[in-house]
Amino acid sequence: MSTAVGTEAPTFSLPDTDGVEHSAGDAPATLVVFTCNHCPYALAWHDRILAVARDHPDVKVLAISSNDAARYPADSYEKMRERVQVDGGWPMPYLYDETQDVARAYGARTTPDCFLIDAEGRVVYRGAPDADHEDPSQNGAWLRDAIDAVLNGETPANAETTPVGCSIKWKDG
Amino acid sequence: MAQPSVELLYWEGCPSHPEALAQLREAMEELGLDGDAIEVRHVGTDERAEAEGFVGSPTIRVDGVDVQDPGDEPTALTCRIYHRRDGRISPLPDPADVRDALHNAITIRSRT
Repeated sequence: MSTAVGTEAPTFSLPDTDGVEHSAGDAPATLVVFTCNHCPYALAWHDRILAVARDHPDVKVLAISSNDAARYPADSYEKMRERVQVDGGWPMPYLYDETQDVARAYGARTTPDCFLIDAEGRVVYRGAPDADHEDPSQNGAWLRDAIDAVLNGETPANAETTPVGCSIKWKDG
Repeated sequence: MAQPSVELLYWEGCPSHPEALAQLREAMEELGLDGDAIEVRHVGTDERAEAEGFVGSPTIRVDGVDVQDPGDEPTALTCRIYHRRDGRISPLPDPADVRDALHNAITIRSRT
């Protein structure tokens, strides 16, 4: 089950690394990125996602970690906090989905897996940040194109791509 | 030329192993080795990962030596983090590291 493009995005409230709760919405667009600490794909794309967040202060960008921290300790809440602190802060909150309910509701499959939500709460893009995790010059182009379209009141031309990355580490998997 | 023992260990939860196998095969053939002689093994349980010293997928060993020293990384069913020579993080080893590992193994075997 996955949240399809064109359907209403699931609502949620999750704590960031300072314990502050965040939700999607109340913005011209919200970008939800399922990510984590331990995955090379997520790490390879990380700087590009940060750049997208910095370049679009009008877009609410929410990074979410949903992995089973018992089996993957690098993805614990404490390790998330450490990472943000070591980095000197991020331009987006890093949220902890301890129950994995949000990842399940979205049908997130990989880290990263990106969902762009418009002001009405509909998913308008789902997939990878860009075409190649190995090529920094891609610069999150698929996300940027989708954001530009939404902010211009248009539908993204490329509304769905295949998410690429490490599988979400489910607690029962 | 003496053919070194080449192993590729992978976990199916990580999508990088087909590309890793293709790159490894290409590197071997560039050096005149038989690219079909790679021993490919799936690591599917935590117990197996521990027994194999498997720190993530893919893991490539040439004559038993990892193409990139895993250091003190714990064993796990996960995608492995590699550091490319230019500093980038990648799910695949740097092709130059793979070539160097193969070349070193060939050199050592040629001396014995």
